Amino acid sequence: MLSIKKLHARVEETTILKGLDMEIKPGEVHAVMGPNGAGKSTLGYVLSGRDGYEVESGTVEFEGKDLLDMEVEERAQAGLFLAFQYPVEIPGVSNMEFMKESVNAMREGRGETPLSSAEFLKKAKAACKQVELPLDFLKRGVNEGFSGGEKKRNEIMQLILLEPKLAILDESDSGLDVDALQVVAKGVNSQRDGKRSFIVVTHYQRLLDYIEPDYVHILSNGKIVKSGGPELAKEVESSGYAWLKEGENA
Amino acid sequence: MSEQIDQALERKYDAGFVSEIESETFAPGLNEDVIRRLSAMKDEPEWMTEWRLQAYRKWLKMEEPEWAHVDYPKIDYQSISYYSAPKSMKDKPKSLDEVDPELLRTYEKLGIPLHEQEMLAGVAVDAVFDSVSVVTTFREKLEEAGVIFCPISEALHKYPDLVKKYLGTVVPKGDNYFAALNSAVFTDGSFVYIPKGVRCPMELSTYFRINEQNTGQFERTLIVAEEGSHVSYLEGCTAPQRDENQLHAAVVELVALDDAEIKYSTVQNWYPGDENGKGGIYNFVTKRGLCEKNAKISWTQVETGSAVTWKYPSCILKGDNSVGEFYSVALTRGKQQADTGTKMIHLGKNTKSTIISKGISAGRSNNAYRGLVRMGPGAEGARNFTECDSLLIGDQCGAHTFPYIESSNPTAIVEHEATTSKVSDDQLFLCRQRGLDPEKAVSMIVNGFCKEVFRELPMEFAVEAGKLLEISLEGSVG
Repeated sequence: MLSIKKLHARVEETTILKGLDMEIKPGEVHAVMGPNGAGKSTLGYVLSGRDGYEVESGTVEFEGKDLLDMEVEERAQAGLFLAFQYPVEIPGVSNMEFMKESVNAMREGRGETPLSSAEFLKKAKAACKQVELPLDFLKRGVNEGFSGGEKKRNEIMQLILLEPKLAILDESDSGLDVDALQVVAKGVNSQRDGKRSFIVVTHYQRLLDYIEPDYVHILSNGKIVKSGGPELAKEVESSGYAWLKEGENA
Repeated sequence: MSEQIDQALERKYDAGFVSEIESETFAPGLNEDVIRRLSAMKDEPEWMTEWRLQAYRKWLKMEEPEWAHVDYPKIDYQSISYYSAPKSMKDKPKSLDEVDPELLRTYEKLGIPLHEQEMLAGVAVDAVFDSVSVVTTFREKLEEAGVIFCPISEALHKYPDLVKKYLGTVVPKGDNYFAALNSAVFTDGSFVYIPKGVRCPMELSTYFRINEQNTGQFERTLIVAEEGSHVSYLEGCTAPQRDENQLHAAVVELVALDDAEIKYSTVQNWYPGDENGKGGIYNFVTKRGLCEKNAKISWTQVETGSAVTWKYPSCILKGDNSVGEFYSVALTRGKQQADTGTKMIHLGKNTKSTIISKGISAGRSNNAYRGLVRMGPGAEGARNFTECDSLLIGDQCGAHTFPYIESSNPTAIVEHEATTSKVSDDQLFLCRQRGLDPEKAVSMIVNGFCKEVFRELPMEFAVEAGKLLEISLEGSVG
C-alpha cells in the first residue's frame, strides 16, 4: 500500500528526514515512536504534502502511484488521511458543513455521486456518537471553542466519516486523559477492518496499550533506527530513548 | 500557500458583457441646460426642475470630499454623459410584450427573468437600465395591497404630492458633494410607498444595470413606510467590463414612520476593474434612513464589486425606542478600494443600534471600515453595539478601521469590538487534507467569517450572495 524509500526531506534549511524507509501492507498498523525532534510530525506532513516540507530525494509510492507528484487534496482523495496533532479552528463554518463538503469531495475524487444531506446526516450522527461527542458538536464551528480532547475526538470522527485507505495519527494521544484516550482508541480500532492501514505516531507507549500495532518503528534523527513487534514499544517504555544515542555511537 | 490564494482570486466577472442596444444618449457635459433638457425628457413638473437646478448650484460651490481612504484620479464631470436610455423605451412600452427583447435577454443573462411566471415567487422587480426603468413586475398584485412600487420618474407624475413631501427630507439636496450631484441629475430609480399598517406581501427589488459607455448612473430611491407598515427591499447592481471608469452616484432615502420597519438589502457587484486597477465603477453612494417612534431600519449590504466604493448607509434614530441596524460584508481584491461603514445618529430616548461589519481584503486591495456612532443629548438610555472584523487573504492587502464615537449623553452606552485575522496556512492545509481544493477552502473560510451578515439577508438572496462571494474569490488563493 505504502512504500517509502530513502526519503530525505527538509523544512526551510534544515534536513529533518534523512533516508527513511518504510513498507506498509493493507490492514497493518505501524507505530512510529521516537524522541522529540526525531521527525515524527514531519513524516505525516511530508506524506500529506504540506507546503514548506520539501522532499530532497527518495520515493514514496501509494497504491502504485507516485505520492510525491500529487497535490495535497489529490492525496487526500486517493485515501490518505492525517489526524492533526493540533487541529485548527475555522470559525463560522459548521462541523457538519465542513465534513459534508469533505466527504463529498472525496466521493467526487473517486467518481462517486455526492451524498444527500439526509444520507450524510445519518452517517455524521452515528460517527458523532461513536466518539462520544454530543450531537450539537455537528452544528458548532469547526473546532471552535473545543477543548483539546474534543478536538482530538473530532479528528477521529472525521476519520470514521472519510473511510481512508491509510490514516496517519499524529500524536492523537497527546493531552488526553485516560477516558478520552480510550474513546479515541476505540474509534480507531473500530476502523481496523483488515484492509485499512494506520501509521500511529506517538511519543508514549500508552496509546499502544489500546491500539495494538503490528509493527513498531523507532525514529531517531530522521531515520528508522530499529523496528520490531509490539514488545519494542514496551522496551522504550522501560528504558526511554537514551539508549539510541549509545547505539549511534557504537 | 499564498500563491494558491492568489491564483484562486484571479478575477472572473460574469456580468461583464455588453448588450447591443440602440440608445439615445446626451453628449457629455453638465450645465443648467443639460439639467433642463433631462427634466424635460422626463416631462417633469416645474418644481422638480427647479429643485434640480438648486441642487446643481449648490454642487458647483462644493468640493469633492478627500477624507476617505481611497485614491483615484480626479473625475472630469464634463466628460460624462448624464442621460442614456434605450431608444425602444421612448414609446413607453405598456407591457412586457412591447419591451425590446434584447433588453429582456440582458436581464435573463444576469439571472433575472422579468416574466412574472418565471420569477422567484414572491419577489417584485424594478429593472433599471442606464437612465430608465425598463419594467416593474407584479404591480397589480402590489396595488391590491395598496403598495406603490414604480419608477420614481413615474411617481413624479402619478403621486407628485407624495414625492414632493418626502424627497430630500432625509438626504437634503446639498447634503454632500455626490448627493448634490445626484439631486441635480438623477434619472431613475424606485419609489416605494407602503400604506399605514400594511405588511408588503412580497419582497421588492430593483436591479440596476449600467450598459452604455461614458455614462454615469445616478439613481434615486425613495421608500416611505407609513405607520406600522413593513417592507423588505433588495437592490442588485452590475455593469459591463470596460477599460474606462464609470461613475455611479446614487441616493437612497428611507422614511420609517412610527412603528414601521424597513429592511434594505444590497448585493453590489458593479464591475471592479481588472487586476491592475484599470476600469471599474466608482461607487459613491449616499444612503440614509429616518426612524420615527418605535421604527426600525435595517441595512444589509454585500459589496463585492466597484473599483472604488464610498458608501455609509446610515440611520437617524429620531423617534424614541427606534432601532437601527447595519450588517455589512465588503470584499475587495485586485486593486479595489472600499471605504464603507455607517452612521448611527441617536437622537431619541432608548434608541438602539447594532453594527456588524465584515471586511475581507485580498490581492493588493484596501478595505476600510468607517463608522460614526453619535449619542445626542436627548438619547437617554441609548445603546450601540459595534463589531468590526477584518479578514486578510495574502500579505499585500490592507484593512483599516476608523471608528468615530461621540456621546453627549452620560446614560448612553456604546460598545465597540474589533478583530483582524488572516486565512491561515493551517486552515488551508486542514481543508485541503480533507480533500477540498484551495478555492473551495478559501470560499468556505470566508463564508464562515461572513455568516452573521448572510443570515440577515432575505433567504432567496443569501444563497446568491454566498455564490457571488465564491465567484469573486475564484483565483484568490495565494
